[in-house]
Amino acid sequence: MLKGTSACAGCSSSLSLRYVLKGAGPDTVLVIPASCSSVIQGIYPNTALNIPVYNIAFAAAAACASGMSNAFRAVGKKTNVIVYAGDGGTLDIGIQSMSGAFERGTDFLYICYDNEEYGNTGMQRSGSTPLGARTTTTPAGKTDEKKDIDAIITAHDPPYLATACSAYPQDLFKKVKKALAIRGPAFIHILVPCPSGWRFPPEKTIEIGRLAVKSGMWILYEREYGRLAISSPSKAAMKNPIPLENYLAPQGRFAGISPKALDILKQRITQKIQRLTEEEKGIC
Amino acid sequence: MSGRARLALSKPTTGAAGRTGSWRVFRPVIDTEKCNQCGLCQMYCPDAAIDEELNVDLNFCKGCGICANECPKKAIEMVREET
Ligand SMILES: Cc1ncc(C[n+]2csc(CCOP(=O)(O)OP(=O)(O)O)c2C)c(N)n1
Ligand code: SF4
Ligand code: SF4
Ligand code: SF4
Repeated sequence: MLKGTSACAGCSSSLSLRYVLKGAGPDTVLVIPASCSSVIQGIYPNTALNIPVYNIAFAAAAACASGMSNAFRAVGKKTNVIVYAGDGGTLDIGIQSMSGAFERGTDFLYICYDNEEYGNTGMQRSGSTPLGARTTTTPAGKTDEKKDIDAIITAHDPPYLATACSAYPQDLFKKVKKALAIRGPAFIHILVPCPSGWRFPPEKTIEIGRLAVKSGMWILYEREYGRLAISSPSKAAMKNPIPLENYLAPQGRFAGISPKALDILKQRITQKIQRLTEEEKGIC
Repeated sequence: MSGRARLALSKPTTGAAGRTGSWRVFRPVIDTEKCNQCGLCQMYCPDAAIDEELNVDLNFCKGCGICANECPKKAIEMVREET
């Protein structure tokens, strides 16, 4: 990724993309549906990315990657095929072709960078926006909960699935390497705090990501051939999470969140920590 | 000219969105006395504007302030740009 992109100052999606590309190396093609990333990538005739990128309509991203991967493998090439899509492009609009590609066992890596909104078009709510968060289409706070895309992908039983966060770039880098070394479909879900949409000052981008993990609002783990391993930053956080308010307060999008929504968010954290702890121990 | 030249292919370019350094309101200034060369500022810069030798590329640094905020030694000061 070359310097001088159109990403907002302090954008952690571009930080994540840097580490994805570092992990993947030069023998890689990216498939990017409409999103902030397709803007960050640059305007014709220039691009900020120095590997081949294919821009495609939302609904077709994983289908396109499937075809590319099959074509590469058919001629004996190991080229990495990576979809880099936003949460809107993944949870809402691209879900059917993604489900198809996972079902067919496509040898590719699907990355969803999750800024919990439609960033590119002006911060509208997506299926990934958390309960209580204000967006331009939920000015009083979202009344629905965040869709659990990881559970949906897990139901496809892929050989590799991981969560990551831009505040832990080395963890992300390792997960990208692992995902690409495994044959078959892999999924990485990266939480990428977005200063412009979440309404916090750009210098806090990394701090906010750390608070998301420390509060248990975002849990880092990987599931390799069905076996769950909690990643080290989340191990400590799950035993002793910091108050959720520490994560929410610096973000303008959670200003004035209702006590009821706050309560539900807290319950979900407790439930998720319990569920993952039991799964790791092999209880469920 | 071959037909390929008409394909809508973009070329990799540094500064695809221009000199993004012009967006900056505050510039990061590293105090080499305080710095212990841990490299965290370089690791976290979203725009890869800090190199291995810890030089800041002011042509492209957007002045987000992440490097200053993450520096464990408080060795980076964000100084207002002259207008
Ligand atoms: C079929 C279709 N509907 C709507 C759009 C307009 N559109 C472009 S980007 C975007 C939002 C993408 O959101 P997300 O995938 O979360 O990525 P982000 O912009 O947040 O990076 C939308 C709705 C489109 N390009 N194509
Ligand atoms: S809107 Fe958010 S995700 Fe999109 S470029 Fe800006 S900071 Fe990055
Ligand atoms: S983070 Fe601070 S101490 Fe570490 S290399 Fe950068 S300036 Fe030096
Ligand atoms: S201010 Fe932001 S863009 Fe500039 S060097 Fe620091 S982290 Fe990079």
